[in-house]
Formats: sequence, structure tokens, C-alpha cells
Amino acid sequence: MVPYSLPKVLIIKPPPIFLQFENQFSRHFHFLKAYESHQPLPAFLAAAAATGVSAMFVTRNGPPITGADVLDYIPSLRCIVTSGIGLDYIDLDECRRRGIVVANAAGASSADCADFAVGLVIDVLRKVTVGDRFLRSGGGVGGGEVRLGRRLGGKTIGIVGLGAIGSGVAKRLHAFNCRILYNSRNKKPSVPYSFYSNVCEMAADSDLLVICCSLSDQTRHLINKEVLTALGKDGIIVNVARGPIIDEKELVRSLLEGRIAGAGLDAFEHEPSVPQELFSLDNVVLAHHQASFTEDCFQDLFELVKGNLEAFFANKPLLTPVV
Amino acid sequence: MTNSSIPNPKPLLLINRVPDYDVSFFKHLSSYFTLLDPTAEVGSDREKYKDLLRTHASGVRACYGMGMSPLMKDTLDCLPALECVAGTAVGTDHIDLTECRRRGITVTNNGVAFSDDVADCAVGLLLDVLRKISAADRFVRVGSWPVAREYPLASSLTRKRVGIVGLGSIGLRIAKRLVPFGCTIAYTSRSHNPSVPYPFYESVHKLALESDILILCCTFTDQTRHMINTDVMTALGNKGVLVNVGRGGLIDEAEMVRFLVEGRLGGAGLDVFEDEPSVPKELFGLDNVVLSPHQAVLTPESIQASKDAALANLLAFFANKPLLNPVRLD
Repeated sequence: MVPYSLPKVLIIKPPPIFLQFENQFSRHFHFLKAYESHQPLPAFLAAAAATGVSAMFVTRNGPPITGADVLDYIPSLRCIVTSGIGLDYIDLDECRRRGIVVANAAGASSADCADFAVGLVIDVLRKVTVGDRFLRSGGGVGGGEVRLGRRLGGKTIGIVGLGAIGSGVAKRLHAFNCRILYNSRNKKPSVPYSFYSNVCEMAADSDLLVICCSLSDQTRHLINKEVLTALGKDGIIVNVARGPIIDEKELVRSLLEGRIAGAGLDAFEHEPSVPQELFSLDNVVLAHHQASFTEDCFQDLFELVKGNLEAFFANKPLLTPVV
Repeated sequence: MTNSSIPNPKPLLLINRVPDYDVSFFKHLSSYFTLLDPTAEVGSDREKYKDLLRTHASGVRACYGMGMSPLMKDTLDCLPALECVAGTAVGTDHIDLTECRRRGITVTNNGVAFSDDVADCAVGLLLDVLRKISAADRFVRVGSWPVAREYPLASSLTRKRVGIVGLGSIGLRIAKRLVPFGCTIAYTSRSHNPSVPYPFYESVHKLALESDILILCCTFTDQTRHMINTDVMTALGNKGVLVNVGRGGLIDEAEMVRFLVEGRLGGAGLDVFEDEPSVPKELFGLDNVVLSPHQAVLTPESIQASKDAALANLLAFFANKPLLNPVRLD
């Protein structure tokens, strides 16, 4: 099959899943890769537009998808597909205005993200990584320092955002005999957990906060000094959502000063930068935004992205449309 | 806890321990018993310990066994009147059970005092191995994230087939916790339990053939020593994961190390080792292994509950009531 008879898809920066499945993707689509070109981006986009490219595969690691930065250069664009859930870097209003349909990866990774959140909760409370680090550095089992952890059962977990991931976290931690509270935009009917409209009040009543909400103007720095203070010196925060939901500078200060007890963090405000002050702390567990990075999830995401692009090119409705 | 049935003077209670245990509970114990704590005087000198027993412990009917402090035949021989050993641990492989059975000495453990925390730890170890949490933490702390272009994908927990080895109080709690993660549960145990909804396998080998993950939480005895051997690990396969919160001796450790180093086993989460405090150094360089310093029971609640359980059994013994947590001696 001759490459240029495959439908064209523009990529500015390669999404992680594209790197993993490039060969498989390339059997179905012909990719115009801005990141492999020496041309400045606007020139590359204009050249791509001249070929009539109508679809783009985007990632949060790339430039924001706004009119001025990107869309103005590609008037031929009609479809944007992302393999993530987050949409905060895409100007959805502008897409709507231009008749560009957008699809994300809603639902594909919620189980894996919920699993990872629980993994971080147990790790911080029960010092799993601390114990491993202790042994690898030559500490002996049993004698000497005793690695006392904290019991998970009976703890009150405040979940921020009770979507697919938050519900999954709640369901899992319920089986560990935890008490579940949640904070969401709206109270969810027929959910057996206590609803809090105010995240600060929920923090005051919680032993742990687990962040599972999307990033928006309303949730940027939602977890601020007031919330962390309410969470308290025995409190723990776990974030499997997006870094900017937490005021990171304030979080680091709170940890260094012992105003909260610990944190499990899969996301940071300026990835891949992580505040170096955290590297010497034993009460934090650090991950590299990998809550959805499993083989199964990537396989599902590959199918979903491919399915969305194929639907678009066949003039069918997108599988997981956002706009 | 009523002490109305405790006679006056308070009965003698031997504290069997090695040095360095936290003795703060003794104050509470001494409100019920007159304590005999030879270790306080003789430290780790086992011969002097036995001498003290011979001189002072001939009338001792009950013993408070701390943690995994050994209680072997040579010590039992110095306690002719011993009838009951109440341990704070859940395991009993540090006690000569055969000798206890021969002498008619009942042994109690801490019942379910540790079960929830050990189950939590087992799931935590499994999540860490499959999702590479500790490996990620190492990766981030050395500053690799900005530099590395790729990182190996982890393994999902959804739809994994989990084989529980030993469906006792810990195994049942592990099963309950794993079901919401989308795992399927099967088990092997001393006997089939008809009241649980999980498929039973007669042998650990058969279970391994049909599992992606084996979680070991059974008792350590002569029958279960090295039950995880070459055949079982081969059956589990090169993507298979082992989690051990039982005893190190359940696994042929040298063989397991070979399997892991050679990539014939997918990963392991280990809280216990054959020769503690030693941990095989070959494992330190592996990212698919999570090592834990025998801390699955270490929460304040579990430790307190384990002491309370031993005390409750001792009070029942002296009140001639049925013991709460007698251990099978066969």
C-alpha cells in the first residue's frame, strides 16, 4: 500500500502511545510529523494545511491547542483526537466555533488509574517504598530500625472528583474497611458516600485526600494552603490527576515543615520537573505520570485512537466525542 | 477484661523473649500476673536463661511468648509444669510444636490480630510489583524523568488470575480486597472451604498453572517448606508474580533468585526471607522485585492487638475457660 494514499494525520509532538505503537498506527494512517521537521512550527502547519490534512493527534506534552498557536494555521482541520482524558490544553470553544470535532480517551484508563491511586495510598501509609529502599541500601530485616506504618482500615478517605476514576478508588478502598467521603461539582444520586460541596470541609474530616478530578479553571490550585492545613499534620494527599490541581509550592512547604504527614504524587505542575526538595523525604512516593501506563491500557488506547480516527475518516460519529 | 477469676497471689507467668523487645506492655501484664522475665537479667545468654528457669520456673504453668522468640525442646525441658504457651505472633514455626503436643502443652497465637494489616500489605506489594511504583520512585529521585524518552509499560491488575496459597484469615481478606480490582480468585489450602465462592485447587502446582499471580499466606511447617519450587515457578511462568507475606522458607529462595535474575519469573513482592536478616543481594538490581523488611504486621493497632490477644488467651487459661486462639499441633 502506497503511504500517501492513507488518510493523513498531523502530529506536532508525539503522544507516548504513538511512540509505543507507531508501526501499528502507520499501517492505517500517514502521519505528518512536525517534530521531525526543521521548519518552524507555523510553517510546517501551513504546509500541512496545503495538503488538506483534516485530522490531528495531540498530547498534553505538546503546545496548547489554541487558535493563535495552532488552529489558525490549519484551516483544513476538522478533527482532533487525544489519547488522554485531560482537555485543559485544548481550546474547546474555539474548536466548536470552527466545526472541529474532538475525541478523548474517556473511560479507557479509569481502572488502571484507580488501581495506581490505591497503590500509592498503601505505599505511603505502610512505607512500602521506604522499606524497599532501606533493604537495597543494606539495611537488614528485623533488627535495628523498625518501620512502623499506619493502618489503612478505619481511615476516612476524601475523594476529590467522583468520576470514573474516583468511583473506582472508592469501590476499592471500601473493601479495605475505609470510610469514603467525596467532593464533586454536584452531589451524585444513589451513591453511598457522604457528599461535601466544600473541599476544605472534607479535608478537615479526612485522614487522606485522593485527587481524581479533571483540571479546569475551577480546579487549578484547588488544593491550597487552606485545604492542606485542614487536612492536618497526620493527613496524606495522593494525586493521580493533574499537577496544577495542587499548589505545589505550598505542598512542598507543608511536607518540609511537617504540616501534613505525607504524599503520593503521580503528577506535578511542571512535568517532567519534580521539586528537588522532595527527593530526600521518606514520607513521599514519587511517580512519573504513569497511572495509565500499562500494556493493557495502552492496547485499549491504541484501539480507541485508531477507532476514533477511522470513524472520522469514514464520516461516522466519533467513538468518544467531547465536542 | 475481668480479673475476678485471677487468684491471689497472682499466678506466675514466664516471659519468653529474646532481647530488644518493647516491654511497655509488662506493666499491664503485671496487674494480672507475677512476671518472670529472665532475659532482663541474662540478655541473650541462652544457657544462663535455662539455668534461671531450672531454679525459678519449676511451677510455671503459662508462658507469654513474644514475637518469634524461639521456644524449643531444650527450653521446654526446663518447664516441667508448663501447660499453656500464649504467643503474640501468628506464626508458630519458632515453637517446637511436636514437643508441645507430646507434653500436652496448648499453644495459642494472636488469632486475626494481624490479618487486616498483612492483607493490606500483600495487596500493596502486588500493586507495587505490577505497577512498578518503587521502581518509578527510584527513577524520579535520581532525576531520570527529564532525560529518559521512554519507560517500560507496567502490568494491569484487571483480569489477572490470582492464586491464594492458604485461604485462612489473611487469605480471605486478600481475596476480598482484590475482587474490586477486577481480579479472579482461586486458591489452594489444607482443605476445600465450601462456603467460599472461589475455585479450589488440590495442589499449588495446579494452581500455578492457571494463575498469573501467587500470594503466599499459609502456615510454615515441614509440609509447606519450599512448596514454591522449580516446578511451581515454571508453571507460574515468565510473566508470573509471587507475593510472599508468610515465611521465607515457603519458597526455595535460591531457586527463585535464579528464576528472577534469568527472567524466568515476572516479578516478586517479598516481605519475608529464608535467612532473615539476610536478603539475597542479587535482587537489589531488579526493578521487578519489591523487598520489604518483614513489616507486614507493623502498625500500632496490630502490635497492640497481638499483645491483647495473648493476654486474653492467658486469662482464659487461668479461668479454666476455652482458649480463644488454640493452634493445631499436628
